[in-house]
Amino acid sequence: MSHIVYLVPLFPLIGFLINGLFWKSMPKSLGGAIGSLAILASFIVSLGIFFEVRSAGFHGPVIVRLFDFISSGTLHVPFAFQVDALSSLFLLIITGVGFLIHVYSTSYMHEDEGMVKYFAYLNLFVFSMLLLVLGANYVIMFIGWEGVGLCSYLLIGFWFKNRDYTNAAKKAFVMNRIGDLGFLVGMLLVLFHFGTLSYKELFGMMNSGVSVSPSVYNWIALCFFIGATGKSAQIPLYTWLPDAMAGPTPVSALIHAATMVTAGIYMIARSGVLYSLTPGVLHVVAFIGLATAIVAATIAICQYDIKKVLAYSTVSQLGFMFLALGVGAYTTAVFHVMTHAFFKALLFLGSGSVIHAMGGEQDIRKMGGLGKHMPVTRATFLIGCLAISGIPGLSGFFSKDEILANVFGHSAVLYIFAVMAAMMTAFYMFRLYFYTFGGKFRGTEEQHHHLHESPAAMTIPLVVLALLSIVGGYVGLPSVMSHHNAFASFLAPVVKNFGVHHLSHGTEWGLMGLSVAVSVIMIGVAYSTTRNVEFKENTGLAKVLENKWYIDELYDATIVRPLAALSKLMDTWAERRGIDGIVNGVGKTVRWGGDRLRLLQSGHVGSYIFVMVLGIVILFTISFFWVK
Amino acid sequence: MPVNSTHYIFLSLLLFSIGIMGALMRRNAIIIFMCIELMLNAVNLLLVAFSKMYVDTNAQLFVFFIMVVAAAEVAVGLAVIVMMYRKVHSVDINILNRLKH
Repeated sequence: MSHIVYLVPLFPLIGFLINGLFWKSMPKSLGGAIGSLAILASFIVSLGIFFEVRSAGFHGPVIVRLFDFISSGTLHVPFAFQVDALSSLFLLIITGVGFLIHVYSTSYMHEDEGMVKYFAYLNLFVFSMLLLVLGANYVIMFIGWEGVGLCSYLLIGFWFKNRDYTNAAKKAFVMNRIGDLGFLVGMLLVLFHFGTLSYKELFGMMNSGVSVSPSVYNWIALCFFIGATGKSAQIPLYTWLPDAMAGPTPVSALIHAATMVTAGIYMIARSGVLYSLTPGVLHVVAFIGLATAIVAATIAICQYDIKKVLAYSTVSQLGFMFLALGVGAYTTAVFHVMTHAFFKALLFLGSGSVIHAMGGEQDIRKMGGLGKHMPVTRATFLIGCLAISGIPGLSGFFSKDEILANVFGHSAVLYIFAVMAAMMTAFYMFRLYFYTFGGKFRGTEEQHHHLHESPAAMTIPLVVLALLSIVGGYVGLPSVMSHHNAFASFLAPVVKNFGVHHLSHGTEWGLMGLSVAVSVIMIGVAYSTTRNVEFKENTGLAKVLENKWYIDELYDATIVRPLAALSKLMDTWAERRGIDGIVNGVGKTVRWGGDRLRLLQSGHVGSYIFVMVLGIVILFTISFFWVK
Repeated sequence: MPVNSTHYIFLSLLLFSIGIMGALMRRNAIIIFMCIELMLNAVNLLLVAFSKMYVDTNAQLFVFFIMVVAAAEVAVGLAVIVMMYRKVHSVDINILNRLKH
């Protein structure tokens, strides 16, 4: 089935073309159906591919070459797809979760004028992401990479009549572009030193030990990582992701769970061979990941916007994934990508359901007691919260525990900080849960009457995602529970953990017990703090956290404003005085000269004749005296 | 006093100068026109004189050319002057200064 892998991105592309070309005349429900069915078709093909890759008869990556994309001199870049364990897994995540989000959107966006256009963008988004994970070389990955950047811009700014939303979209795009430059430079370095961009050839060369200096490896790895920090919202380029909440809520779910932010993780896992050669860069990755996890978690604690909390939790969880990558636990990071996709999509769609019921209100200070009115949303949201907090039995527990165990094996100091971040995760998620669903309703009377459970098209995806959030973790059981980690052995042909310190069973049980204990304690703390529903003005540290450590203000002061001032300076001096001065100066000179010369045309025929005769006399004189 | 080519040269020089002075000084379009004809014919006379002097008939060929051109020029030029007179009821060239504006 892997030879028809091109069908997977083709269906969303067709969906995009149909919806995108006819969005003005198409009925809304038809547009939604086309968009959803396109993804469903992709999902079915992906399932087929996944089971083929899993079967015993599958050997090595299958490369499906469609046509020559670039062929110039010694550079040959085919438009080719690579089917292996990693890409087939990502295909399932993207199309599976993506499909549920599409179904959800048919109901969520039904009131919106541009619903068909929205579905066109959504399909393009999925298409770009599929290109990104399917490409057999970095160029195809880069096409998808840029594609998701574009689609995030289009979707974040979907309600473009609001100036703040378009600003958020621009911010996302610019931040991504900064990261993309790193990726591009890394690609050029690879091309310069290895002469190929295809994974198979490149990693083959690296494995066989090509004589390239270690610093080159370091630079390439670092450049790729810069690209990943942009796409996957890590320090210092993470500020776009919380602002990306401006888009419709299902878009946030799509960006945070199925597509876009996982691209960075995928890219580093895909380049695992390269990173295993650069331990120094891996330390940077681990450090940045951990720092992001902690900073984002601290910010999430003091946010009052339901989607902002979830956004910072995504940034924090992505930090965990990078931490896992940084300690060499690639499959663990991918495992967390998968479980995170389930529960984060669930949480976002759940928050969408809440916002829908609240009539667009996103402030948790004005919610409360919603559990009575929307039992399905409440139950599924609770499952999501439990999963992300790492409560045993749910998917988040297995993946997060695996990350923590790997980190502990690497360094105990990192482990302590990681547990702190995990602790905060449990706290802010349950703070959010209790504020939203527990206690009494704090909104207006009008909103209270409006409260209702969402329609089936929204609750069914929630239920499905909740089930996945529960069972999704059992594919990767820790070694103390099972000798066979199905997830790691499935990915083994493509990515392997390396430098793993095997822990004794006693230690592992201990670590598990510790992380579960702190999570449960933090849930209790969250419960007791949220019983107080008098919201006072935050002071001190809480105020700093509510204002996101003033990072946006810091960027504004150190980068945005100096750049704007420089632009203004260049505008006044180089542009207006310099270039405009030259151009206008030429025009003015000619005009002034023309004004003077015009006076010669007196209109007197007599004087014309006189000048003519004078001219003839001069010519005669010249020819008589000087021309022989 | 025998007449030789020097006399012809001086005569045509005189005629040509009269033509130039007339063309420069007069305002009447017809007079200017006649002055131009005078210059042409001064050149004709000169050409014929040189032809006789060097015993070369090529110059006389040019005379015929100039006569034809002059005839054509008269036809066009007089027509222009007639049109001008119909428009402005005058043949004073200083009236024709509208192109200045």
